[in-house]
Amino acid sequence: MVPIAYYLILAAILFSTGVAAFLIKRNIITIFMSIELMLNAVNLTFVAFAHMWHLVQGQIFVFFVMVVAAAEAAVGLAIIIAIFRTRQTLNVDQINLLKN
Amino acid sequence: MPTLSPNILALLPEYILTIAGVIIMLAEPCLKPGASRKPLGWIAIFGTLLAGAASWFQLGYGTVHAFSGNIQTDAFSVFFHLLIAAVVLVTLLGSLDYFDGNATHAGEYFALALFGAVGMMLMTCSVELLMVFVGLEISSIATYIMAGFRKGQATASESSIKYFLLGSFATAFFLYGIALAFGATGSTSISAIAAGLGSTATPRLAFTALAMMLIGLGFKVSAAPFHVWTPDVYQGAPAPVVGLMSTAPKAAAFAVLLRITFSGFPTMQHRWSILIWILAALSMTVGNLGALLQRDVKRMLAYSSIAHAGYLLVAFTAFPIEAISSAAFYTAAYAAMNVGAFAVITQIGGFHETLRTLDDYRGLASHRPALAGVFAFFLLSLIGIPFTGGFFGKFYVFSAAIGSGHIWLAVIGLLNSGIACFYYLCLLAAVYSKPTAETESVASSAKITLPALAGLTIATVATLVLGILPGNTLWLAHYAGTATMIEDARHQCTAHPDNCHMQVRMEIR
Repeated sequence: MVPIAYYLILAAILFSTGVAAFLIKRNIITIFMSIELMLNAVNLTFVAFAHMWHLVQGQIFVFFVMVVAAAEAAVGLAIIIAIFRTRQTLNVDQINLLKN
Repeated sequence: MPTLSPNILALLPEYILTIAGVIIMLAEPCLKPGASRKPLGWIAIFGTLLAGAASWFQLGYGTVHAFSGNIQTDAFSVFFHLLIAAVVLVTLLGSLDYFDGNATHAGEYFALALFGAVGMMLMTCSVELLMVFVGLEISSIATYIMAGFRKGQATASESSIKYFLLGSFATAFFLYGIALAFGATGSTSISAIAAGLGSTATPRLAFTALAMMLIGLGFKVSAAPFHVWTPDVYQGAPAPVVGLMSTAPKAAAFAVLLRITFSGFPTMQHRWSILIWILAALSMTVGNLGALLQRDVKRMLAYSSIAHAGYLLVAFTAFPIEAISSAAFYTAAYAAMNVGAFAVITQIGGFHETLRTLDDYRGLASHRPALAGVFAFFLLSLIGIPFTGGFFGKFYVFSAAIGSGHIWLAVIGLLNSGIACFYYLCLLAAVYSKPTAETESVASSAKITLPALAGLTIATVATLVLGILPGNTLWLAHYAGTATMIEDARHQCTAHPDNCHMQVRMEIR
């Protein structure tokens, strides 16, 4: 059997990758994808802990996270389309009207 | 009293708001495209009033548990429910005429405001982190859309995307914290986490979980160093929306933070209070120093809201009951004055926000004296001048911090209040200076409509009453703190029956 620590370490690596990509990447879609990666790392953590504690609660939580992530994606992609319509670009460095 | 099923009673305000929101969504397509959306706005206002009344009604029932212990309605949740309902009411009144003559989906705006309020209210009465997360997302998604409501404008959609990306980023941290807390204690219920902390084999994991949740909520309340999104988002979003999202979601996030720290991790207070100490000191300093450099009024108030988040965090370092009651009172005072200030900015700027910078505000007093007077009052309250809500808010927070020995934090806070005077007074000086030829030409002569006047009056009276007669609010805030502590003690009793004689007696009394 694979020890639980392996899953947790994998999840931690995925989460850190997501955070790093969020900070480094310049395309809004890629940034959005890195957020999804972070959420999936959380899901993996939940499933691993649910297995460890023998509790179904953790697995139910995963469903909630997925549903909410889908709702968020719907709104997020709509906003991204609105950005593209007004600006013709999805590069965050060029989306800089709001400065003092 | 007639017996009401706890599952209905505990979420009564949320039900009312949801029904009102759904009615608006259904009615919107039935109206003619060019027709006024004001009737929908009145439905929203009526629903909010009803929801506020329902929360007040809940107070008489004491602490109610519903949905297998996931929802806990007590004085604490009622306090924040009333606060959120009041903020949404002022925002709706202020934005009733905001969309006139502009082709926007005003009906959806009213529905979104209500759905957002449902999410915020759900956050304050949930004692299960899963429910807190769902509430947080409901409120966030609604506010993401509202931030970009002036769809054609590039700044609006930019503000919306920044809010969305940073908000989801924060949510992921919050969720990771919940996952780790689940791993450390085997539960996601706040009281079960508190009970599980005593026997956990991995206290370090539990503390990491708390730190992650602190990061997530730190973003939501825009505490430094998690504040970077605030100025940009507030600058680009429509003024009435900023008034809403700088107060109500923050109040809800602070309520969650109070619940998690004081009810969920009480045995670790000596450790997390250090983190919060740093957050508070940084937020106050960064917020006030940042505001000094701003020329855009909304941006300046965004930095001021970061500073106010810092003052609020000072309360967390105090003893539980004082901390909860002073933090609750401060959120109420801050909500009243900030939502009022943004209601004034809505009136000054109008839909297209032609007046933005300090220079544009020059001479406001000469052509709109009443509006300038009200604005001055809110700014004085934000400074913390006596006879305003801001003064008592700061007073209780700092005295709570001093009472628990955090004198240095109070000193930093007071120094920051001094710095804050400067930029608020700069703005005031601009408002009361002689108008230049340019500002004369762009000054709008639009009259304040009756609903907007009502909204402004509510905010002004609330700020004034909190400054002169804070007794009632303070009583409710204190009751909220005591009720939370008693409930925690009861949970501790059920978890460890051997050592709880004291707590049982406290509950009976």
